[in-house]
Amino acid sequence: MLRMLIRRLALGAITVFLVSLIIFAGVEILPGDACTAFLEREAQGQLLENCRQELGLNRPATERYLEWAAGAVTGDLGVSANGQKQITELVGYRLRNTLLLASCAMLAGIPLALFLGVVAALWRDRMVDLTISTIAIGAMTIPEFVSATLLILIFSVWLGWIPGIVLTSANAPISEFFPEIFLPMMVLTFVMTAHILRTVRSSVIEAMASDYAQMATLKGVPYWRIVFRHVLPNALLPAINVVALTIAWLLGGVVVIETVFNYPGLGRMMIDSISDRDLPVTQAIALIIASVYVGVNLAADLLTMIANPRLRTLHMRKG
Amino acid sequence: MKDMVTKEPLIQVRDLSVGFTGRAGHTLPVLRNIDLAVRRGESLGLVGESGSGKSTLALAMMGYLKRGLRVIGGGTHFAGLDMFTLSRKELEGIRGGRLALIPQNSGQSLTPTLKIGAQLSEALRLHSKLPEAEHSARVVQLLEQVRLPDPSAIAGRYPHELSGGQQQRAAIAMALAGEPEALLLDEPTTGLDVTTQAHILELLRDLAAETGMAMVYVSHDLGAIARVCDRVVVMYAGEAVLEGPVREVLRNPAHPYARGLLASIPKLTDARLPMALEGRPPPPGKAGDGCAFVDRCAIATDVCRTSRPALATVPSGARVRCHHADRADSLPTRSPADADPRVIAEDAILSLGDLSISYARPGFLDQILGRKPATTPTVDGITIELEKGETLGLVGESGSGKSTILKAVAGLLPPAGGRIELAGDGVLPPLVDTRRPDQLRRVQLIFQNPDESLNPRQTIAEILAQPLKLYFGLSGEALRQRIEDLLESVRLGAHYMDRLPSQLSGGEKQRVAVARAFAAEPDLVLCDEVTSALDVSVQAAVLDLLDQLRRSRNTAYVFVSHDLAVVRALSDRVAVLYQGRLCEIGPAAAVYAAPSHPYTEVLLGAVLEPDPDTVPTLSAADIVELSPPARGCPFQRRCPRKIGPQCDTETPPWQDDGHGHAIRCHIPREAL
Ligand SMILES: Nc1ncnc2c1ncn2[C@@H]1O[C@H](COP(=O)(O)OP(=O)(O)O)[C@@H](O)[C@H]1O
Ligand code: SF4
Ligand code: SF4
Ligand SMILES: [Mg+2]
Repeated sequence: MLRMLIRRLALGAITVFLVSLIIFAGVEILPGDACTAFLEREAQGQLLENCRQELGLNRPATERYLEWAAGAVTGDLGVSANGQKQITELVGYRLRNTLLLASCAMLAGIPLALFLGVVAALWRDRMVDLTISTIAIGAMTIPEFVSATLLILIFSVWLGWIPGIVLTSANAPISEFFPEIFLPMMVLTFVMTAHILRTVRSSVIEAMASDYAQMATLKGVPYWRIVFRHVLPNALLPAINVVALTIAWLLGGVVVIETVFNYPGLGRMMIDSISDRDLPVTQAIALIIASVYVGVNLAADLLTMIANPRLRTLHMRKG
Repeated sequence: MKDMVTKEPLIQVRDLSVGFTGRAGHTLPVLRNIDLAVRRGESLGLVGESGSGKSTLALAMMGYLKRGLRVIGGGTHFAGLDMFTLSRKELEGIRGGRLALIPQNSGQSLTPTLKIGAQLSEALRLHSKLPEAEHSARVVQLLEQVRLPDPSAIAGRYPHELSGGQQQRAAIAMALAGEPEALLLDEPTTGLDVTTQAHILELLRDLAAETGMAMVYVSHDLGAIARVCDRVVVMYAGEAVLEGPVREVLRNPAHPYARGLLASIPKLTDARLPMALEGRPPPPGKAGDGCAFVDRCAIATDVCRTSRPALATVPSGARVRCHHADRADSLPTRSPADADPRVIAEDAILSLGDLSISYARPGFLDQILGRKPATTPTVDGITIELEKGETLGLVGESGSGKSTILKAVAGLLPPAGGRIELAGDGVLPPLVDTRRPDQLRRVQLIFQNPDESLNPRQTIAEILAQPLKLYFGLSGEALRQRIEDLLESVRLGAHYMDRLPSQLSGGEKQRVAVARAFAAEPDLVLCDEVTSALDVSVQAAVLDLLDQLRRSRNTAYVFVSHDLAVVRALSDRVAVLYQGRLCEIGPAAAVYAAPSHPYTEVLLGAVLEPDPDTVPTLSAADIVELSPPARGCPFQRRCPRKIGPQCDTETPPWQDDGHGHAIRCHIPREAL
């Protein structure tokens, strides 16, 4: 088990390393650099040369990568091209805001998805199931910006309950994000719930049709006891990984949603940095998102391993 | 046991028909007009091919139908209660209590996330009056009753931590927890080793005798039925076609199908191939107006086509569904004649020299230091010569290394030592990717489960085209012609070319797998339990096919099976394997006769013949050994005839009779 853990951790670290290489190389290949972006039209001749000298952009790429990577490991992401601020500081609040949005969506979405998925499975092909499944398919196919616009239309324009745009500044205390956070959160929850509930539904249906569920019935075990004791523990195991994937996906979807709602999170910062051609910031955010992605999947694997007696004992046996 | 059989039936099935709604909206019957009764203390066998409705009938006795199925007519009673009219609550009270089930595949029927102890005490909570505090003691008692070693440890394990035989015992213990009046068993020993099966059947017999419970035993294995049942119902295409006392049904059945079934079973005492029962049963709804068996029946007449025979009592007392039951005894119940002998050249095709294979991967440190792992290899000291056109049977319990040896010969596993030599090609490189195409072509492997070895997305033509393109570079019309010939040679027509594996029955899929192997025109075919997943009648047809192919092409086989009767029917020579080590090798007739190695004796003693008067001898304990002993005889821990400390410390010597029959044991050959 410990060996397994170490192997997974190492694998995760390697993934992050490779991703950082790709990000760095990608930015290298792009025409222009931090100085051309910063100096804009004056980026030529001596001025450009000086700037590059100052930022050390004239040094070989490998050297700069190593410096960047070493900084990232120690928590120093360098300075932004725009305004020469410490990226770590800039990113800090944004990361917090995005995490706030994501965790609110998860807190609402995961229990809801589990509940609806189990209900749809147990009343398979009945009215409840058809309703839930149809809405879920809808939620998965409608692009987020469409559902976001719809929600703004309903809750801000018609009902006037919640502002349609988040005006809170990035470094405001958490409490100030309420209630504006509700609309972006709802959009996220909606899509996430749809994805998770469909997995939950099919794995519960499969488990209900399994030999062991049939055996429990033929042993005289009451229906709800079969559901809770025999079926759900087995059916929900595969859901863990889907939840992880969904969370990782959330980080991508968050970009669109943050932009639509003007929410001051990492996603919007990424878009902003790209349009400002602030390459150091883009690089840093890409790296953070990749690390979170790897981290979440790692956590899911570990959780599955702990929850599944088959995997657990297998690894224990084999040392 | 017999005197406990009482008059009024405990389970009564009356005119029961069950079916489902087909795509066109018609009702398609799966069970048709089943009538039967089981009395207290009695044990009834249900036999038939897969799909004949045995399981559906057994589950219906519990008032349970699989999703999609419904009762079309009639019903089933247990102790006077109409099972299909009871409420959910009433059913919960009976199921697992007065009426319990032992499922076919207990590995999948035990909940994976609950410990064995928890699943047993759940049954106790639901069906016994014992106070909660006494449950864990009772659980241990129950596990002890089914002779599981170390019951309290077993109670603390998850299902996947037990062997197949142990899981089956745990399932039996769970069924016994409610102290049932009747036990339904759905193929409880299918897929288990002969020795394990024999032990479990003895256990069931004892339990039935002790407790006086009734049993309904579902199986396609007539040997098992012969051992446990008093009466037998033979099912065909959803109908009961024959019902009678076990002796009657197994010795001289009055129904043509039952006779065909009997003839298709290989027998330990018979070196001939069993007789294949060609064709297959009609699918639900396709049985027509006449007898469902008419297309396969050798004595059918016009009346069989137009009118469905009723279940009628014949003079012997059995009930038979046949218009011509009086003529049934003209049909044979065993292979009629000896086949022509084959000539085997004295010219080796394969030779294994001191082959050893180890699954233990060397650890990190071992790799750096270039050391071999310290554990004893899984397979060791295998020296075998195989002549051109010869068939070598390889027998042994599961885990004895049969498949491992085949995989190494096929190049799917690297040997840890020794050599694999193919005539004309010299010593073969260890792995597939280092062998030359022609070396690969000459050795082909056929697996137990065609579902896993045939790509479900490829058509049969594409599957067969692969080796033809790879090894012979065929294309266009030549390729097509060759595929047709191949299909013809395994008795499938050209119209199978465009089908997918999922559109074929199990037997047909296995024929495709055989055809694919022969497409390479191999000199040696390795068969790994190729008939184990098939019904006996289909098995007989595949065995016959393998026999025809080796005759026409002089191909050598290594034929692995845990079924000793099947091995006998096909093999020229037989090798017995225990814990990856050879115990005995020789001509088939010599291996199956005395003198035998003590392990061979144990295996042969556990085989159940389809004859109620043969009693198995169970001399060795039914335990699963995880690794072979480091020294001495591999069989030392279970040997019933162990003679002394030399068995533990010294490798026993090979004792030869001078005619190629060798036994490896410390007991002198004369005394074996
Ligand atoms: N849920 C189901 N829906 C439709 N047909 C079924 C279902 N379960 C079994 N059958 C059909 O019923 C027949 C009998 O199946 P089964 O009782 O499992 O046979 P056996 O136990 O003898 O192998 C087969 O033709 C099978 O295809
Ligand atoms: S009724 Fe006719 S077809 Fe059916 S088994 Fe009897 S003889 Fe054969
Ligand atoms: S050598 Fe000893 S332990 Fe091995 S089979 Fe012979 S008698 Fe039994
Ligand atoms: Mg069955």
